[in-house]
Amino acid sequence: MELLADAWRYVLDNPERVREAVVVHLQLSLAALALAIAIFVPIGVLVSRSGRVGAGLLGAVAAVRVVPSLAALFLLYSVMGTGFEPALVALTLLAGPPIVINTDAGLRNVDAAVLENARGLGMNPFQVFARVQAPIALPVAIAGVRSAAVEIVSSAALAAFIGVRGLGIFITSGLTLDRYEVLLVGAIPITLMALLAESGLGLAERVLTPPTA
Amino acid sequence: MDELRFDYLFENWREVLVMAGDHLRLCLAAVGLALVVAVPLGMVAARFRGLTLPILSLLGVIYTVPSLAFLTFLIPTPLGIGRDNALVVLTAYAQLFLVRNIVAGLRGVDASTLEAAQGIGMTPWQVFQRVRWPLALPVVLAGIRTAFVSTISLATIAGWINAGGLGPLLFNGISRDQPPMILAGAVAIVALALLSDAVLRVAERWTAAARAQRAGAR
Repeated sequence: MELLADAWRYVLDNPERVREAVVVHLQLSLAALALAIAIFVPIGVLVSRSGRVGAGLLGAVAAVRVVPSLAALFLLYSVMGTGFEPALVALTLLAGPPIVINTDAGLRNVDAAVLENARGLGMNPFQVFARVQAPIALPVAIAGVRSAAVEIVSSAALAAFIGVRGLGIFITSGLTLDRYEVLLVGAIPITLMALLAESGLGLAERVLTPPTA
Repeated sequence: MDELRFDYLFENWREVLVMAGDHLRLCLAAVGLALVVAVPLGMVAARFRGLTLPILSLLGVIYTVPSLAFLTFLIPTPLGIGRDNALVVLTAYAQLFLVRNIVAGLRGVDASTLEAAQGIGMTPWQVFQRVRWPLALPVVLAGIRTAFVSTISLATIAGWINAGGLGPLLFNGISRDQPPMILAGAVAIVALALLSDAVLRVAERWTAAARAQRAGAR
C-alpha cells in the first residue's frame, strides 16, 4: 500500500515525464494496430478466397506466431537500430497472425447456403461480400484484432529495451535504480491498458455478433 | 541497414546450446508445476458447470496481464528477482491453455461411452481413470503443446530478471550493441519453440495411435 502511495507521489512529482511516456506508448500501440489492420485484414480476405496459395500463406503466418515478441523487437533493432520505427515494424508484424487467422476463419465459416441465397437475390460478388459475408464474419475478425491489440500493448512495454520511451522505461529504469515505486509507475498503466483493450474489443465483439435464431 | 551476421552463433554454439538447455529446464519446470495446478482445477471446472466460465475468465484476465508487468509486480514480494519469480509467472500464464483444454477434453467424451462404462460395473474412479481421462488425453496434450510453446517465448523475457535461459543473449546483445549475439539468441529461441512444437505433435499422434491399436486388439 505504501508502495502504491510512493508510486502516486512519483507521478505527481514527474507529471511531464509520465505524460510523455503515456503518449508515446499510446502512439506506438495505436499506430501499430492501425497498420496491422490495414495490412493484415486484406491478407486474411485474400487467404480465405484462394485455395492452395491461401493454405501456404496461413502456414507462413503460423510460423511467424512462434517468434517471441522480444526476439522480434531485438531482431528489428539489429537491422534498423534503436527507436520508434523498428518497434513499430516489430509490433505490426506481431499483430499479423491473429488478424489473418481470424479474418480467414470468419469469412470461411459463413454458411455456403447463405451466400447462395444472396446470389439468388441477384447480388453481384462484391455485394455478396460487403453486405452478407463480411458483416457475418466481423465478430470473429474483431476477436483477432482483440488478441492483436493485447499483444501490441504488452510488446510496446518491451520496446523500452530498444530505446522507445513509452511506459516500459519506468520498468527498466526502476529495476536499474532499485526503486520499486518507479517499477509500478510503468507496470500498473500497462496492465490497465491491456485489460481495457481486451474488455473493450470483447464488448464490440459481443455487440456485433448477430443474435442466433 | 546492417546485414545479419551469424558468426556469434557459429563461434559460440556450445555456449548457446548450454543456455538452450537451461531455457528448456526452466520451461519444463514451469509447465510441470502448471500441470500440478491445472489438472485439479480443470477437473473442478469440467465437473461444476457454474464454475467453468468464472474460472476460465479469471485465467483469461491473468493471461492478459503483460508479461513485463507481471514479472515486475512480483519483484517487491519475497520472490524478488530470479528463477522463483519467473517460475510463478510462467506457471500462471500456462493455466489458461491447460485448463481450457482439460475442460474441453473431459467434456468432449461421449456420454453414452461413460454410461456403458458404468453399466459394466465400473466405479466412478475407474470410469474416470480407465475411460474418461484416456479419451480426453489427446485434447489435453494439445493444450500442453500450446502452453509449452508460449512458455518458451515468455521465458525469454524472464531473462531480464536473471532467470537464466536464452534471454541473456538478447539482453546482453543489446547492452553491448552486438547484433550477432541477438541473432544467435533469436535463432536459438525460435528453433527451440519449433522443435518443441514438433516433438509434442508427435507425442499427440503417438498417444492417439497407441489408443487406436489397443482398441483394435480388444
